Amino acid sequence: MKNSKNLSEPLIRLSKNDAMPPWKAWCVRAGAVVAAFIVCAFIIVILTGYNPIEVYVAMFKGSFGTSGKFWFMLQKTAILLCISLAVTPAFKMRFWNIGAEGQVLVGGLATAACMIYLDDALPTVLLIPVMIAASVLAGIIWALIPAVFKATFNTNETLFTLMMNYVAIQLVSCFVTIWEKPKGSNTVGIINAMSEIGWLPTIFGKKYLLNVIIVIGITIFMYIYLKYSKHGYEISVVGESENTAKYIGINVKKVIMRTMALSGAICGVAGLLIIAGTNHTISSNIVGGQGFTAIMVSWLAKFNPAVMVLTSFILTFLGRGASEIATTFRLNESISEILTGVILFFIIGSEFFINYKINFRTKHIEEDKK
Amino acid sequence: MRKLSKVLAIVMVLSMIAVLFAGCGDKKPSDDTTTTTAENYSELVALKNDAEIPAEVTFDDFKIGFIFLHDENSTYDKNFMDAAKAAQAKLGLKDEQVIFKVGIGEDDTCYQAAKELAEAGCDVVFADSFGHEPFMIQAAKEFSDVQFCHATGTNALTAGVKNYHNAFASIYEGRYLAGIAAGVKLNEMISTGKITADKAKMGYVGAHPYAEVISGLTSFYLGAKSVCPSVTMDVKYTGSWFDIAKEKETAKALIASGCVLVSQHADSEGAPKACEEAGVPNVGYNISTINLGPTTALISSKISWEPYFELIMKCAAAGKTIPTDWCGTIATGSVQLTELNDAAYADKGVAAKAAIEAAQAKLKDGSLHVFDISTFTVGGKALVEGAPADVIYDEKFTPDTKAVKGGYFQESTARSAPYFFMTVDGITGVIPA
Repeated sequence: MKNSKNLSEPLIRLSKNDAMPPWKAWCVRAGAVVAAFIVCAFIIVILTGYNPIEVYVAMFKGSFGTSGKFWFMLQKTAILLCISLAVTPAFKMRFWNIGAEGQVLVGGLATAACMIYLDDALPTVLLIPVMIAASVLAGIIWALIPAVFKATFNTNETLFTLMMNYVAIQLVSCFVTIWEKPKGSNTVGIINAMSEIGWLPTIFGKKYLLNVIIVIGITIFMYIYLKYSKHGYEISVVGESENTAKYIGINVKKVIMRTMALSGAICGVAGLLIIAGTNHTISSNIVGGQGFTAIMVSWLAKFNPAVMVLTSFILTFLGRGASEIATTFRLNESISEILTGVILFFIIGSEFFINYKINFRTKHIEEDKK
Repeated sequence: MRKLSKVLAIVMVLSMIAVLFAGCGDKKPSDDTTTTTAENYSELVALKNDAEIPAEVTFDDFKIGFIFLHDENSTYDKNFMDAAKAAQAKLGLKDEQVIFKVGIGEDDTCYQAAKELAEAGCDVVFADSFGHEPFMIQAAKEFSDVQFCHATGTNALTAGVKNYHNAFASIYEGRYLAGIAAGVKLNEMISTGKITADKAKMGYVGAHPYAEVISGLTSFYLGAKSVCPSVTMDVKYTGSWFDIAKEKETAKALIASGCVLVSQHADSEGAPKACEEAGVPNVGYNISTINLGPTTALISSKISWEPYFELIMKCAAAGKTIPTDWCGTIATGSVQLTELNDAAYADKGVAAKAAIEAAQAKLKDGSLHVFDISTFTVGGKALVEGAPADVIYDEKFTPDTKAVKGGYFQESTARSAPYFFMTVDGITGVIPA
């Protein structure tokens, strides 16, 4: 009896830890970041022979070195945050929308189409509302197609939304060959470069300020929507248990479609900001994988819009730092991508230590049994 | 909430209708009257390629920034990076004076990179990809005391931005010489009975049907034709500048359709690899492919950017004007051929070497022109003196300048970026429908 008891008590045992106070959890996360930087320092020395402190300084300079770099980082954070906010309600509902890339792209495509075809037809006061409507509508359509199929036929939304990305990419490629300047070059160039028709206005002389303000607005809206609105509550219930939702009289199909439409609409806005507010051109890789990075931003923040501000900032900071390291030390971006990977691994890994307690086999248990 | 969504829906529907209507209205043929007629083609004005460079240039406070589309894993960008490093070594600049930014996309990121380089104290900023151009011009307007240089672009002559410059090289001459190497190989295949003269069909893997590609493939064809008169060529496009799998597939398709020799204008090693697998002779671009095809790779033509980099570094450091649009040539060392692969020829490359050297000497002294109008026809007719091309950039690609002068089409003379854009008889698939 005593023998078998000893066997069933492993050296290390995990138990769920629900009770960790928030301050302690944040200490664990901060500790993970510090640990990640120490590990990265070793990697830097082993692989490149550079002084890791210098590398970290370069990384900070990439985001904060000049006011121009700071604004650029703010802008990149804003766009990533915007797409992350878009995917969040769907994820909270356990609807695995990995089609943000495509939804943003069609939003951008609709924006570019308005800028190209309506530049003479409408005055700017009217054109910009039309662009907003078109991009939002395009995003909604792209998101609603898989949602309708999910709600009606219970198709797999992960595959469906993923495939929709490729359709969007091909659609944009197709329009790039229609709009390319000059013919055959496969680049559209800056749309309305001279007239700047359809460009979102610059406010207070800051190129990216309007983008940042719009995204701040969307963040606040999403925070309130998810936390205090009836819709937000319905999303949580559907996410926790569809059967419970049905039982208490929530129309699950309606919630799925409404929530995906909202996701798509915000993706459309992101497309608008990318095309009309930032790049003023379009190509099939203009979203640059941010539709997928956004999923990580959203998960890391546990679907909390306020925390997403922080997580999108961290990911942008790492990305900007990466290219600065490449420039300062004349490396390519591979080394900095390794560092980014290590840091993310530690951040995600720290959640394990927050959610679970590690119990070592203790002597006194055996003694108690005696 | 419900009311709000109804209102929103109505607004959206109305705006979509507005878009549709406006779109329809747009299709009206409104500017047919602007078609250029033969009388108002402008005269060809040759570029001023020379710059005053002082004998002694000091580089104490000098800085130059480079913007690359990818990193060294792309042969296109590696060619630029190697040239930048070579120019740096030759002029004795420190690493801090030559800043590289890699992986810069053809969007706002390029403007931002150019701006950061200017703010970091660079005297010159250079970008290597065609799609960087509008963003470089945008940065050039903002930083008027910094020089912005851009490879393969078309707008410097007309943009009116003094500190913005384009550059390219007369790579069509290199292609022509590489075409001779191909033609000699075809002759060898005919004389040994491997193929008959009428089966001398070459395949060409192109990236996009763009003037730069069309000019290159035509000059390659004309080079081959100059030694093997019965040669024909078929062109297929991949729709991408860099796609290893697609380039390989396209080369395979060309070989399957009866092409006995393949060349390319796309940046990966896909086509040379397909040729090696099929045992088909291959002419490469930008890098020597002998290591990929020990017995099938013949030769490659390439642009060396080192002379241009040296020029802009010296000009900027000495405070002299950089040429607005500069075209490197064989004489400046900008157009080069890689080593001829002797092992690919039955005669160890003797005939090919002799033919290339003879043609190269003639190109240099001006007694031979690649696009000599007596050597090719377009639609069954020879080009005439004063025939036009689209030199001054416009959206509709309207021919505007008399490009045929002195008995030949003057490629890269009025603008460094190529503007030869037509189908020469004997080549199929040049301009897709």
